[in-house]
Amino acid sequence: MEHYRRRMLINRLGIGLSMLAMAFGLAALMWILWTLFSKGFAALSWDFFTQDTPAPGSEGGGLRNAIVGSVMIVGFATLVSTPIGILAGIYLAEYGDTSKFAATTRFVTDIMLSAPSIVVGLFVYALMVATVGGFSGWAGSVALSLIAIPVVVRTTENMLRLVPSSLREAAFAIGAPRWQVSLKVTLRSVKAGVVTGVLLAIARVTGETAPLLFTALNNQFFSADMSEPMGNLPVVIFQFAMSPYDNWIELAWGGALLIALLVLAINIGARVLFRHKT
Amino acid sequence: MSETCDHMVQISEQAILQVRELDFYYGDFKGLKAVSLDVARNRVTAFIGPSGCGKSTLLRAFNRMYDLYPGQRAEGQIVFNGKNLLDRKQDVNLVRAKIGMVFQKPTPFPMTIYENIAFGVRLYEKFSKSELDERVEWALNKAALWDEVKDKLQQSGLSLSGGQQQRLCIARAVAVKPQIVLLDEPTSALDPLSTAKVEELINELKSEYSIAIVTHNMQQAGRISDYTAFMYLGELVEFGRTEELFVKPKVKHTEDYITGRFG
Repeated sequence: MEHYRRRMLINRLGIGLSMLAMAFGLAALMWILWTLFSKGFAALSWDFFTQDTPAPGSEGGGLRNAIVGSVMIVGFATLVSTPIGILAGIYLAEYGDTSKFAATTRFVTDIMLSAPSIVVGLFVYALMVATVGGFSGWAGSVALSLIAIPVVVRTTENMLRLVPSSLREAAFAIGAPRWQVSLKVTLRSVKAGVVTGVLLAIARVTGETAPLLFTALNNQFFSADMSEPMGNLPVVIFQFAMSPYDNWIELAWGGALLIALLVLAINIGARVLFRHKT
Repeated sequence: MSETCDHMVQISEQAILQVRELDFYYGDFKGLKAVSLDVARNRVTAFIGPSGCGKSTLLRAFNRMYDLYPGQRAEGQIVFNGKNLLDRKQDVNLVRAKIGMVFQKPTPFPMTIYENIAFGVRLYEKFSKSELDERVEWALNKAALWDEVKDKLQQSGLSLSGGQQQRLCIARAVAVKPQIVLLDEPTSALDPLSTAKVEELINELKSEYSIAIVTHNMQQAGRISDYTAFMYLGELVEFGRTEELFVKPKVKHTEDYITGRFG
């Protein structure tokens, strides 16, 4: 009996401690969200989406150029990283099972996954900005792609590894060549999971600031030219939040809230998709 | 099993596959030991034996399924259409197009019922839309599935019941018009009714195809096969006409197995 009572006590203690830890984590998250809402919600007006970032000292203004810039930079990064990431994931899971090359690729991918994004930014700076054209939206897209690709590679490979070998064998058994088996059967059977991986990669790079500081820089004016420096939300938030102007600071909060909501929406979307399709 | 040599391996009928001295290795482990037998044309050949006896291994050698796994290899001969299909130069995909396979668990592809059938056909034929439609209907008819699915060809193959999925897989296998259909315990995941349907199907298919079936179910082997091979520990113990093997087996071991004394 004594033993049993002690066990119950330890059990309660364990539950109590983990509840405490959960409350702590959740409270921090809620606090962040609440702060973003209370300080940023007021900024989300019509002007916020239709006007460009204001000059120092001028009134009002919005984040139109930064929003469009972010969408374009992230959009192109997605267009580049999705096919590369998925194809590399297919290679790792379906082709290079035991080869040295695949093992190396897997290792490098893992390193890239945890590489500080500022290093990636610096790399692209050295490669594309310092050598030739100067700061540009393209350079920003390349930097974000380098961050997104390993995420897509990993999720694609992991998803494909979940495909039961019986399905793969069945496709080979009617005489299908390996590329058709991979693209038309196994990849198709984990479509939802792969799309989720792409969405999570987009969510991941949408908020990246460091790599854009070195590459896309910023642009006070509206520009849809990817070969020029380009406005983008993270860098604008970074600059405006530390400025002495009240309207800039408010816009920074608004931008932060917008990114948070966007990432939240993408994550929820990914979850919904994953739940329904697999 | 030292008696392996005195049983018959050849048949009086025409053989579509001639297996000679086939050894199979999983790495260092020998999964098949000098197996020799004929698979008769337009007949059903059943492979029985306890788990791990090598019957599935043998079946998977017939369509070189083992090629997918490094470390697995076969030595010996399997003569098909005058060539040794174990030959390295042999195009594996062509072998598999001629020797179809249906697995234990139904494995519909993640696409529509129509596409499940059309996928394999498109690999080897350049068909017009109407020719393809015709082939899909033909194959589904062969698998006795057409009446159940003709109104929902555009639905996912995964939406069918287990028994229907298995018949879809059979339709998929016959759609490419193979010469041989390999069935690896095709009914072990099915209920008795679906099992009966599949067995009926096998009986009809043998007029056009040669069939090799692995089964755990001895009654099933007795019901549907013309020839039966009993395997144990990677060796072929006895091979012969089903009625002879079941009624008066020549080897004591076979008798023990089919009378349920072990296995």
